Amino acid sequence: MTALLEIERLHRRFAIGAPPGMLAKAMKRAKPQPLLHAVDDVSFTVGKGETVGLVGESGCGKSTLARLIARLLDPTEGAIRFAGEDIGKIPAKGFGASPWRARIQMVFQDAQDSINPRFTAFDTIADPLRRLLKLAGQRLSLQVNTLADQCGLPRELLSRFPHQLSGGQKARVGIARAIAVQPELLILDEPTAALDVSVQSVILNLLVDLREKLGMSYVFVSHDLNVVRLLCDRVVVMYLGRIVEQGPAAEVFANPAHPYTKALIAAIPEPDRQGPRVRLSGEPRSPIDPSPDICRFHGRCPKGSDRCSQAMPPLAEVAPGRLVACHFPERIAA
Amino acid sequence: MSAVPVLAVADLAVEFKTRAGIVKALDGVSLTIGKGEMLGVVGESGSGKSVSAYAILGILDAAGRVSRGTAMFGGTDLLKADEPTLQDLRGRELSMIFQNPRAALNPIRRVGKQIADVLIRHGSVPRSEAAGRAIEMLAKVKIPDPVRRAQAYPFELSGGMCQRVMIALALSCKPTLLIADEPTTGLDVTTQAAIMDLIAELAEEQGMATIVITHDLGLAAEYCHRIAVMHAGHVVETAPTRALFAAPHHPYTHKLIAATPRPEASLRALAAIPGGMPDLRAPKIPTCRFSPRCQRYTADCDGPLPRIPLGDAAMVACRHPL
Repeated sequence: MTALLEIERLHRRFAIGAPPGMLAKAMKRAKPQPLLHAVDDVSFTVGKGETVGLVGESGCGKSTLARLIARLLDPTEGAIRFAGEDIGKIPAKGFGASPWRARIQMVFQDAQDSINPRFTAFDTIADPLRRLLKLAGQRLSLQVNTLADQCGLPRELLSRFPHQLSGGQKARVGIARAIAVQPELLILDEPTAALDVSVQSVILNLLVDLREKLGMSYVFVSHDLNVVRLLCDRVVVMYLGRIVEQGPAAEVFANPAHPYTKALIAAIPEPDRQGPRVRLSGEPRSPIDPSPDICRFHGRCPKGSDRCSQAMPPLAEVAPGRLVACHFPERIAA
Repeated sequence: MSAVPVLAVADLAVEFKTRAGIVKALDGVSLTIGKGEMLGVVGESGSGKSVSAYAILGILDAAGRVSRGTAMFGGTDLLKADEPTLQDLRGRELSMIFQNPRAALNPIRRVGKQIADVLIRHGSVPRSEAAGRAIEMLAKVKIPDPVRRAQAYPFELSGGMCQRVMIALALSCKPTLLIADEPTTGLDVTTQAAIMDLIAELAEEQGMATIVITHDLGLAAEYCHRIAVMHAGHVVETAPTRALFAAPHHPYTHKLIAATPRPEASLRALAAIPGGMPDLRAPKIPTCRFSPRCQRYTADCDGPLPRIPLGDAAMVACRHPL
């Protein structure tokens, strides 16, 4: 599988609090602003036609990472190579006008909030076609109709406004808009979080069909591990901005190697649970100016030792294709 | 289940007056819950889970009206009780954890004060001790550093923390019945597990009856003793959790279980439930509100909806159960 997307040592830091005032600057008394490390030294690849799941708790940086890859945000450091080109260098502000925009598209978390309330479903889907492919007239409406059919959206709903559509129908509009310009990479940020299970299964199956038909690669952000398990080839687990584990989804779920992944999987509700539940205690460490020498999971980790507060564990291969950032990973049967 | 239920709701019907007509949101809802029991109420959005809770607590929207039914709570019919009686019961005997804790908490009052307010209102502790008790409650729901956190405003706390404050608030007067409306929606799985463990632990410790409203079948399966499945304002099936998952009797329950992602199922095996709920404003709603979506539908489904008892506090509302 050739890599379509290569993320290399990607960082994104946000300055927080008020910037130093003019007087402080003039007197050279300006204190450096605290930095929130949202994405910290993240590297992974997405192959052609592959689906990579990004999982982790809220605040772990998965949405920031998704927005960096979708080029809605600029990275502080590192490279985002797409088809060999470092698109991280193109400023997010000008990315919409670049020819790359049509090749990477995004489906947002809440279909309700991410579609213009004053656009009909037709205009929502037509928008990227008009802007990026300069389609108009009959060719445009033909294309929109085809997209609606592909996404299982009845054509008679195309003249409706978002408030006249159900949650599942809005999700379909959001997907149709994202695939309208035939992107090679689709970033999906919790596309089914707001949907009922009965609708969720339909949307997930639609995504799988589209992936097969159009040969797209997916980056699938979700906190629903059962969904990730069903849809993804590989999974990347994040904790406080850093990747703690990555590997083939089936293997990671069957044999998690990082204690955090283990706790995450143990937290999935399970009928007829046998034995004690593995639970995390304590609060996560602060993501603001974190120490580079303390494992981010230290303090909540059931395994933590002195070593964890003296050296950050690097992301290392523990088995073919399995990377783990832990000083004491679980043994994986080869 | 103990002999006398803590709460017995029978034949509850609720209507909402809207510009587009009268919405028959609930129709003939019956639920019972015993001491120390945890009852899950599950169903898709719009099935009437929250409306049932609001009706029981007498906090329905002004457009809503209870048109029929009883809700017996320790000798009082909550649906006929006057406002002062309800106000005295709410927060003391009947408590609720709301869906969105940030919206349910007072944004401009320190969380410790908010808990103290409830304690003082119901006279459970003298005014001078209320602040101390509030801190104790925060410690009980495992908020680290409760003394400092009692001084925090809701916006200073994370979603999981706000939910814990909400639980501390709801449990401060040791209620007999707790209704938790989607207590973990919007929280992470790890936080969700911690919150649900906490509710289950406190429920057991205080012998409290708990109704957990959720759309997450997996969550209900892990924590609840019994589950009531709702669809379009009807309770279509009630059964002990294990029995419900082992052998669902209502076609809707069956579909709902089949649509929930599970570790062992493949994506293709996930069922879809075709169609939506019927328009509850229509002058003539099918007697079985699931019949337009049901593959087992026959002409006799249009007759009155049966509610077939199945023993062991189980019931199915279907003419052709599985």
